[in-house]
Amino acid sequence: MDDYLAISALQHYAYCPRQFALIHIEQAWSENRLTAEGRLLHERVDAGYAEQRRGVRYERGVLLVSHQLGLTGKADLIEVHSPNEGKQESPRYFPVEYKRGRPKIEDWDRIQLCAQALCIEEMRNTQVTEGAIWYWQVRRRKPVIIDAALRQTTLDVIEAARRMLLSGETPPPIDERRRCKACSLAELCNPKAFARDRSVSYVNAIFQESDDPSEDSQE
Amino acid sequence: MKKLLNTLYVTRQESYLHKERETIVIKNGPDKLAQFPALAIGNIFCFGQISVSPFLMGYCAEQGIGLAFYTEYGRFLARVQGKPTGNVLLRRTQYRWADDPDKATDVARLMVAAKIANCRSVLLRDLRNHGENSSLKQAAKKLAVSLRQVQSAHSVETTRGIEGEAANSYFSVFNERLRGSHFRFDGRIRRPPTDPVNALLSFAYSLVTQECVSALLGVGLDPYVGFLHSDRPGRLSLALDLVEEFRASWADRFVLTLINRRQVCPEDFETEAGGAVRLTEKARKELLVAYQERKQTEIMHPYLHEKVPIGLLPHCQAMLLARHVRGDTRYYPPYLVK
Ligand code: SF4
Repeated sequence: MDDYLAISALQHYAYCPRQFALIHIEQAWSENRLTAEGRLLHERVDAGYAEQRRGVRYERGVLLVSHQLGLTGKADLIEVHSPNEGKQESPRYFPVEYKRGRPKIEDWDRIQLCAQALCIEEMRNTQVTEGAIWYWQVRRRKPVIIDAALRQTTLDVIEAARRMLLSGETPPPIDERRRCKACSLAELCNPKAFARDRSVSYVNAIFQESDDPSEDSQE
Repeated sequence: MKKLLNTLYVTRQESYLHKERETIVIKNGPDKLAQFPALAIGNIFCFGQISVSPFLMGYCAEQGIGLAFYTEYGRFLARVQGKPTGNVLLRRTQYRWADDPDKATDVARLMVAAKIANCRSVLLRDLRNHGENSSLKQAAKKLAVSLRQVQSAHSVETTRGIEGEAANSYFSVFNERLRGSHFRFDGRIRRPPTDPVNALLSFAYSLVTQECVSALLGVGLDPYVGFLHSDRPGRLSLALDLVEEFRASWADRFVLTLINRRQVCPEDFETEAGGAVRLTEKARKELLVAYQERKQTEIMHPYLHEKVPIGLLPHCQAMLLARHVRGDTRYYPPYLVK
C-alpha cells in the first residue's frame, strides 16, 4: 500500500504539479491558515456517523481504495440510495466532496471526485454516474457528472502524478499569478524567486565587483 | 515570506516553562513571570538551570519551534528535535554532494566568495563613513585579490586556504574599527576567548550559528554535513558553512556597534582563573535584548528581492540552499550585503 497515491494528491497535481511535488515528494507541508481552515472543516465533516433518512444512507469519512489504479483515500460523504422497494436494483452510490472555497471553473475538484467514483466502482462492482461538490463558502452543492471525458482526464492525472513521484524531481513554478496567490504553499514554493533561474548572473556579479578598476585607481 | 517570530531567551535561573492552552508560561517557583501566545514564538533558548515540561517539548518539536539548552554562559548543550522534516531524498543528495569533490567545491567556493565579498563591503563602508584609512584600504584590496582567487579555486582545500588568508587580512584591521574605545583586539582567539572583544565575537557567532541550525533543520537539511567544513563528530559543519556569509555584516557589525556605542564596558566582563573571559550575567541579558532588536531590522534580500528582517536571513539562505540541492537553481545564491 506504500506506493499507493492519495486521492487528495490528484487535486494537488491538477492544481499545480510543483505543488504536488512540494507536498508529496519534498514533504514540505506548511500548516498555514488555509490548510488549518481546511482541516477544521474536515474535522467537522469527519465527525458524523452514518445516518439514514428516507431511503438514503449517509456515510461520512469513508475509506476508499482502488488496487487497479493504486489509489487510496477518503470520501467526505457517500450517499447510498437504496432502490425502490421490490425492484431488483443494486444501491446507487453518490460521493460528495466538501470544499472550503467557492465553485471553480477548473477541473481539480472534479478530478478528485471522479477518483473517488473510480474507487467506489471497483470496491462495490458498480457504476457511479454522478456525484457532487459542496462549496462551503457559498453553501451550495454543485452536481458533477462522471462522464467519459472526466474519467480520461483523471486517469491521465493519476498516470502523470505517479511518474513524477517516481522521478523524485520537483518541476519549476508555474508562476501564474492568480493560482499562486491562492496557493497554500506559495511561501515555501516562492514562485517569484524560482520561476526563472537567476543564479548564474547573480553569482557572476559577485566576482565582477572585485574587478572594479575604480578601487585600484584610488591608490 | 515567513514571519520572524519572537525568540524567548530564558536566563532567570530555576525557571520552569510549560504550556497552558495556547500559551507558553514561564514560572519561577509559584510566581508566573510571563505568558506568551504560543503562535508568536519561533525559538526558545534556555540558559542554565531552566526546566521545560515534556509536553511543551513535544509541542515545540511538532510546531517547528526551536528549543535549545545552553549553560549559563552560553555553551550549547542540547536541543529538542522532533520528527525530521522534509524529504530523505534531499538529505541523500546533500550527503552525495558532500562526498563529491566537484559538487562540494561548487558550493563551498560560493559561500567563501560571499564571505570575502561581505568582509570587503563592510570595510569599504567603514571607509566611506569614517574617511581615509590606509590599512583598511589595503585590507580591502587584499580581500579583492582573495575574491579573484576563490573564483578559480578547484578544490575545497584551496578554498579553505584562501578563506584563511582572507580572514587574516580582515581581522588584521579589526582593531582599527574599534573607535577610541577601551577595548583592543589583537587577533581572533577562540575556545576559550581570553579578551572581551573575542568573548563578544564568540557569543555573537554562537547565537547566529544556532539560528542557522534551526533554519537548516527547518528546510530538511542536515546541519552536521557541510561542504566547506568537513565532517567531524559533533561539529555542525553545514551550519558553520552558512554562518560564514553572515559573520562580517551581522555578527561582527553587531559587536562593533555595541563597543563603539559604548553599550558594553570593561566591567561587563569577568576573567576566570584559567584566563577565559566571559560576559557577566547582566551584560549577557542586555546583549540578548540588543541582539533580538537587531534581528528586526529589515533589509532588501539581494536574491529574493524582498524585504526581510535580518533574523530571517538564515532561513532564507537555508531555503535557497535546499532549493539549489533540489535542482531549482544552477548555483547556490549566497547572501551578499548590499
Ligand atoms: S505557488 Fe504557484 S507555482 Fe508554487 S506550488 Fe503554488 S501554484 Fe504552484
